[in-house]
Amino acid sequence: MAKIRFLCLIAVFFGVCALFLLWQLRDPKALILSLRLTKLGALVVVGAAVGAATVVFQTITANRLLTPGIVGFDALYIFLQTMLVMTLGGTGYATLPQLGQFGAEIVTMVVTALLLFGLMLRRGTEDMLRLILTGVILGVLLRGLAGLAQRLLDPSEFAIVQGASFASFGGVDKTQLWIAMVLLAVTLLFAMRLSRQLDIVALGRTTARSLGQEYDRVVLASLALVALLVAVSTALVGPVTFLGLLAASLAYAFVPTWRHIYLIPAAALIGASILIFGQFVFERLLGLQSTLAVIVEFAGGLLFLALVLRRSPR
Amino acid sequence: MITLENVSVEKDRTPILTDISLSFGEAGITALIGPNGAGKSTLLHSMSGLLTPTSGRVKIDGHDLASLRAPDRARLISLLAQDERVTARLTIEDLVSFGRWPHHHGRPTAHDHEVIAEALETFDLISLKSRLIASLSGGQRQRAFIAMAWAQETPWLLLDEPLSALDPRHTRDIMDRLHTLSRPGPNQRSVIIVLHDLGVAARYADRIIALRDGQLVTTGPKWLSMTGTMLSDLFGTGLSVAEIDGKQTVVPA
Repeated sequence: MAKIRFLCLIAVFFGVCALFLLWQLRDPKALILSLRLTKLGALVVVGAAVGAATVVFQTITANRLLTPGIVGFDALYIFLQTMLVMTLGGTGYATLPQLGQFGAEIVTMVVTALLLFGLMLRRGTEDMLRLILTGVILGVLLRGLAGLAQRLLDPSEFAIVQGASFASFGGVDKTQLWIAMVLLAVTLLFAMRLSRQLDIVALGRTTARSLGQEYDRVVLASLALVALLVAVSTALVGPVTFLGLLAASLAYAFVPTWRHIYLIPAAALIGASILIFGQFVFERLLGLQSTLAVIVEFAGGLLFLALVLRRSPR
Repeated sequence: MITLENVSVEKDRTPILTDISLSFGEAGITALIGPNGAGKSTLLHSMSGLLTPTSGRVKIDGHDLASLRAPDRARLISLLAQDERVTARLTIEDLVSFGRWPHHHGRPTAHDHEVIAEALETFDLISLKSRLIASLSGGQRQRAFIAMAWAQETPWLLLDEPLSALDPRHTRDIMDRLHTLSRPGPNQRSVIIVLHDLGVAARYADRIIALRDGQLVTTGPKWLSMTGTMLSDLFGTGLSVAEIDGKQTVVPA
């Protein structure tokens, strides 16, 4: 059953990809196709990275309401953008070498996350709740600092920061995209290698350890993986908070299994499919009347509320 | 044979267990009893090797637990902790199958499937095996978790208050099964179990370990150690051991 549904997801994914690429394809076909391919690549990287990262994060935190965003990645990204604009000015920011900025953002976010995880989990992974709470507080602090700094910016610089605060899939640099795709592929492969261990980790710390699983090692490796996936996605297009929740919840509902070997790629495929289909609807059918990121966040936010209200947090 | 040599455990500089030394080798059921906060769960976790004592050491069947690799330890001891919560969408059969993980690491053999089927049958779970864990009653759920620990096929089975959420019928059902399975036979196991219900301990245990304030009060065969005086002293209230219908139980003195 899980296998068949998983195959359906693959079919849906390729279906929306084809729809996105080939719908009303006019001359010059090669140029339009190349532009669409770049955008498709960005949508796939972000959707897949966020979807897979959320499933892994929810397994190690044993909570299906959490997303990696809760440990302050989005806030860190916005803080970094604000600080860059503040120190370099609007023109300096615009003339930054994009590749260098992209790489530096990934490294900063991964290093910060690993520092946070490392410090918090010094006494073992029992302190997961403390890690999450610290992440939340760090997020609030960084948002506060970014907010303060934004008040000091002049309106044109403020507009640049505002622009960077929402995910944007247009105008993604091709070199960055290639790097992101390679990083995504490597990280997803690593996640798939961890999938059997994650099945055991999902049983809880004591049970997993009693079954001979080196729980702490798997959790730390998973956190590093989540950090990298989210950092790649955020550095590429900007923050998308609730997409992961949407993708992971749909993956659990659509592929009824506990096996991460299906759940991780299923969430990745669903995340990518949501973004591609959403972008298709907004771009081609609604004539860019709204921003995809805003609608995805809105739908994800509603789902979050529905999940919270439907059952007590687990 | 399980041996604890001067085991002490501290948490945040507060002593939880102080200088516990004991040793026993007989199979059967060993009940860990004592008032709330006595350190029973901490002692059980130390015996399982999942909690490293602040000082002292634990040996099981000649192996120093601190030096055993996690997978080797998992083939020697299984521990079922209190109130395990699972968010994954598991059926009873899936859960019991996880008990074989230390043996096959994701590649089950025919023998693994045999043991899983046997564990399901032993704990009367065959008719429920396709039910999701989330849909089970407390008693069924607990049986499923014990079956998982059982399927681990370890000589030592450690259970931390497995009866806490169960009514008398389910309590009796589980204890009867554990009692049968701890008797001599091809699948005999040594069961160490944290119990709050002294009546259950009096009826089923072969040996007791009594703790208070992190210190060992007594340990030995039940018939010798479990007396009204010891229990009254241990719990600070009058208790006596009585026999009703040929079965021992504990009643207020």
